[in-house]
Amino acid sequence: MTPLEQYRALLTILYKEIHRFMRIWTQTLIPPAIMIMLYFVIFGTLIGKRIGQMGGFDYMQFMIPGLIMMSVISNSYSNVVSSFFGQKFARSIEELLITPLPHYLILLGWVLGGVSRGLLVGAIVTFVSLWFYDLTVSNWTLSIFVLISTSILFSLGGFLNALFAESFDDISIVPTFIMQPLIYLGGVFYSIQLLPSFWQTVSLANPILYMINAFRYSILGSSDLESLGFSINYALFMIVGFIILLTSICLWSLNKGRGIRS
Amino acid sequence: MKALSILNLKKEYAGGLQALKGIDLDVEKGDFFALLGPNGAGKSTTIGVISSLVTKTSGQVKILDIDIDENHSLAKKKLGVVGQEVNFNQFEKVGDIIRNQAGYYGLSFKEARDNAKHYMRKLDIWDKRNEQARKLSGGMKRRVMVAKALVNNPELLILDEPTAGVDIELRRSLWDFLTEINNEGTTIILTTHYLEEAERLCRNIAIIDSGEIVENTSMQELLTRLEVETFVFDLSKPLLTLPESTEFEMVLENPLQLKVTVGKDQGLNSIFKILSDYGIEISSMRNDKGRLEELFLGLVDSTLIHNKE
Repeated sequence: MTPLEQYRALLTILYKEIHRFMRIWTQTLIPPAIMIMLYFVIFGTLIGKRIGQMGGFDYMQFMIPGLIMMSVISNSYSNVVSSFFGQKFARSIEELLITPLPHYLILLGWVLGGVSRGLLVGAIVTFVSLWFYDLTVSNWTLSIFVLISTSILFSLGGFLNALFAESFDDISIVPTFIMQPLIYLGGVFYSIQLLPSFWQTVSLANPILYMINAFRYSILGSSDLESLGFSINYALFMIVGFIILLTSICLWSLNKGRGIRS
Repeated sequence: MKALSILNLKKEYAGGLQALKGIDLDVEKGDFFALLGPNGAGKSTTIGVISSLVTKTSGQVKILDIDIDENHSLAKKKLGVVGQEVNFNQFEKVGDIIRNQAGYYGLSFKEARDNAKHYMRKLDIWDKRNEQARKLSGGMKRRVMVAKALVNNPELLILDEPTAGVDIELRRSLWDFLTEINNEGTTIILTTHYLEEAERLCRNIAIIDSGEIVENTSMQELLTRLEVETFVFDLSKPLLTLPESTEFEMVLENPLQLKVTVGKDQGLNSIFKILSDYGIEISSMRNDKGRLEELFLGLVDSTLIHNKE
C-alpha cells in the first residue's frame, strides 16, 4: 500500500471507531460524566470540606487531576478492549484481515480510537469539574503530553487484552481485578504521604501512581513524586517505556496471528 | 497467467489435526473454478490460508503470480473474499459497511462511494443503504457480503458457499451476477454444497477430500467420465408391470414413475423404442441426481473406502 492509501485506510478505521462510540454515546460519554459529578458532590463538596487540605491543596483541587486521569485511563482501555474483542467475537475482524492493511496500521487505528474517546471523556470531566472548582493549569504542555501518552498506553493495554481474550469474561478480568485497584491505590483520592512508610514503598511499584502524579504536577505544580525523591522525568520515561514495550508485544502478537488467526 | 497458484500447501492445527496434506492447485486467470468437497475436507482452510485468516504450516500461495509471503500487500489488493458466515458489524448501516471496506483498501472517499454505489445497485441493495445490517434478511446480508468483497474491484474473487441457505430466486440472481462479472474478466473460485450450482457455473473443478485434492480437471472432462446415468420418466398412464429389457436396468418407483439406468455407451433412442413398443407414454423426463453429484459421490466415497483400507 502506498503512504496515501495507508493514510486513507487509517482514517477509515479511526472514523469507524469514533462513529462507534459516538453512536452509543449514552453508554460511552454520559456515564463517566455522571460518575465524576457524583465523586465531586460526595467526596469533594460533602466529605471534602471535613477533610480540609490534602498535599497542600484543597481536597477538591487535589482530587480533580486524579479524577480526570482516572477517566482517561479507564475509557481509553475499555474503548479498545470492547471494540476489538467485539469485532473478534462477531468475526468482523475478518473484513480487516483479508485486506492489504499492515498490522501496525490496524494497531494504530484502534489506539487512535481509544485515545479519541479517552481525551473526549477527559475533556467532559474537566468541563464538569469547572462547575465545582475554578481550575488553573500550571504547565499546559506537560499536562497534554501526560494525558495523550497515558491514553496511548492504556489503549495499547486494551488492545493486548482483546487480542488474547477468548470470552467476554476475559475482557472484564483485567479492568476489574488489576486496573481498578491500581487506579484507586494510585493516589486519585489521597496523597501517599498519608500511608505508613511500608505501604508508601509498596505503592511505588504501582505504575499508575506515577502517571496520576505526573498529571497532578502538570496541573497543580506539585505532587507526591518530588517529596518521595522522584523527578517528573522519571514518570515520563516510565510511560514512554511502557508504550514501547506494549507496542512491541502487540505487533509481535499480531504478526504471529495470536488471537486473530487459526 | 495463473490467478491462483498453490504449491504443497500444508496446514496442521494445534492438536495435530492435519487439515491440508500438501495440496497443489492452479487456477487460470478468467476461470470460473469450483472447489468442492464434503464437510471438513479442507475447503475453508484453503480459502482461509489464501485470505490470511488461517496461518499455513508450509507451502506456497501466489495470487496473480504474487507470493503472499513476499508481497502480502500487493497480493491482497487483487483479492476479494465472501466468507461462509456473516462477518460484518450488523449494527452499522449497509452503505457504511461497504464504503468502509473500500477504505481499508486505501481507496479515496470518491472511489469508495462510487464503487459502493455501483455494487449496491448491481446487487439490488441500494434501497437498503441506510438500514442497519441486522434488520436485513439472510439473503440480503449475503448480497452485502458480495458487494463488500467486490468493492475494491478484485481480479480474483473467492466465494465460500455464497448461496448456502438462501432462496432459489436470490440464488439464481447471484448466479447471473457472478456469470456477468466472470465474463467481464474476474476470476472466480466457488465452493458450494449445491453441485448443480458448480455444474452450471464452473468450467474447471477440483475436489478436495480429507485434506487432499482427489480430482482436478475440467468440468466437461469430468462429466464425460460418468459411466452410468439414471433417468426418471414420468408416465402419462399408470404402469403395472415393467417392460422386459436385457439392455437397461429399470425400476418402477410407482405406477407413474419409471427409473432407467443408462450406460455411457448406450443411446437414449433405444429406451424410447422399448417404451414405445410397450405403448408407454412419457409426459416428462429428468436426471435422477445431478450428473456432477453422481461423480462427486463416487469420487468421495472411493476416497473414504481407500482411507479406511
